[in-house]
Formats: sequence, C-alpha cells, structure tokens
Amino acid sequence: MQNHPFDQFFSGARAELPILLGVAPFGMIYGILALGAGLSPLAAQAMSAIVFAGSSQFMLVQLAGAGAPGLVMILTGFVINLRHALYSASIAPHTLGLNPVWKGILSYLLTDEAYAVSILHYNTDSAPENKHWYFFGAGLTLWTGWQVSTAVGIFLGAQIPAAWGLDFTLALTFIALVFPVIRDRPTLLAALSAGVTSILAAGLPYKLGLVTAALVGILVGLISERRQ
Amino acid sequence: MSIWIVMVSLGVLTFLTRLSFIGLLQRWQPSDLVRRALRYVPVAALMAIIVPELLMPDGALNLNPLNPRLLAGLLAVFIAVRTRSVTWTIALGMLAFWLLRWLLGLLGM
Repeated sequence: MQNHPFDQFFSGARAELPILLGVAPFGMIYGILALGAGLSPLAAQAMSAIVFAGSSQFMLVQLAGAGAPGLVMILTGFVINLRHALYSASIAPHTLGLNPVWKGILSYLLTDEAYAVSILHYNTDSAPENKHWYFFGAGLTLWTGWQVSTAVGIFLGAQIPAAWGLDFTLALTFIALVFPVIRDRPTLLAALSAGVTSILAAGLPYKLGLVTAALVGILVGLISERRQ
Repeated sequence: MSIWIVMVSLGVLTFLTRLSFIGLLQRWQPSDLVRRALRYVPVAALMAIIVPELLMPDGALNLNPLNPRLLAGLLAVFIAVRTRSVTWTIALGMLAFWLLRWLLGLLGM
C-alpha cells in the first residue's frame, strides 16, 4: 500500500466495504423499527446522522415504542455508548499530532466497525503518517452505508418482515471482526470472560452490563498475561 | 420529552464520549500497562455485544442447544477463523441461520 493520503483513504474504504454486508440489513431493520415506534421518517433518519451508533439507536426506538421517559432513554443510550471511550483511548496515541478538525471528524466516525478495521491498520508496522486517511476512508464508508440503509429501511418499511431476523447480521459482523484476531491465550481469555460477564451482568440497569463486561475482559487479559 | 431533544442530547453525549481521549490528549505516551490493557479493547468490547445476541435473542437467556442463533453463530466463528473473510462469515452465517430455523420449524422444535 502506498502512503499517499488517497491511497490510504481508498484502502480504508475497501477494508470497510465487506462489513457493509452486515451493517446494511441492520440499518434497514433500524429504519423499520423507528417508524414502528412512532418516529417520523425525518426523525428516524436524523437519528442515524446525529447519534450514529446502531446498538443505542435500536435501544432508543424500543424504549420510545414502550413510552419510556426521555431521561431514561438518554441515560441508557449514553451507557451503551460508553465503550466508545475505550475505543477513543485506544486510538488516541495514534492521533496526537492531528489538528482539532481532524480529531473532531475522526471522533464522529468512531463506530465499532470503523474502529475494529482502523486499529488493526494502526497496529501494522507500516509507516505511521497518513494512517488517519485510512480511518477516514473506513469511517466515511460505514457512515454512508448506515445513512443509506436507514433510508432504505424507512422507504421499504414493513415490506421487510421482522421474522427474517436480519438483525442477526450485526452479531455475524462482529464475529467476523473478533475471532480472527484472537491469536494468544490472554486475548482468548479476555474474549471468554467478557462474553460470560455480558450474560451474568445482563440484568444491570441502563445496559451497564456491556461496559462492565468489556472492562472485565480487559482486566482478565492483563492478569493472564502476567501469569505466562 | 420530544424525541428530538433525546436524540440531540444522546448525539452530543456520544460524540463527547468518542472525542474524550482523542480530543484531550496532546502528547500522551500511555504507560506500558495502559498500552497492554488497550490491546484487549476490541475483543472484549465486541464480545460483550456478540454473546448476548447469540444467547439472549429475546432478552431472556436461551441455552437450548437448538437455539438457531447459537448454532449459526458457532458456525460463523468457525468460518471466520478458517477464511478470515468478513463476507463469507456474514453470508454463510445468515444462510445457516435461515436453514436452521426452517429445519427446526419443520421438526416442530
């Protein structure tokens, strides 16, 4: 791969493309659920641009449909999205020299799927300059896919029955991103312990189980590293 | 509260969460411990999303070995490790999910 910004940008976009296969059905389902919960098409689409975080958008429309209070919705969505602070910490050492505009754009584009692809690239041995263009390419590709699939879901509406279970593509996407990078014992133990904790802590209020499980996984990874 | 207020509030909070470390740190050299801890972030965070999707599809724990999401998910893990291909993992995983649901439906399970 060349180090030129445009080469980096297109490499990132290309790396993100297969992920759209899993994200697009999920975005469509979101659009359908949002209308079902009583949001206007404009509000449903705006949420994909303003919040731009699939899991929390799903939760938000479910809560809206159930008539939950606004503060509960904000708090729950905020807690679900807390894991992005971990992504931010993980990316931060690589973005130190960038100007505030770059930092703002990359932060807005910091989703699970763009993060997973970009951090792998940041961690490769190639020269560090212009890797933010790769992140930008991956993030913008995902952003476009998310906006378009939301619009398709809003447009098609109930023509896509919920019984198809298309939301399962999200789990499959993350499986495809996670398992190939589990190469050593501490990483495997981090994965297993995060998975088990996510079930044990599923009953915690405001979806606190997710970030709890992530932190337990990180801790177990560190501890098992020391024992080696 | 209007959905617009909820959406904008959550959008701002989510953006600030994403910006947190990226925006605040100008010259951060993470300690060795922090650096090693951060290595586990992708795997730990994504597993915390994957496992409930497989085992708690309707919000309740479903450890039935014939749970189609669990079976198709395990197959997807195998495909992901063998092929390292996002496309194949999603396509074959989804196909397996639909086939399993159809078969289990035929068998009345």
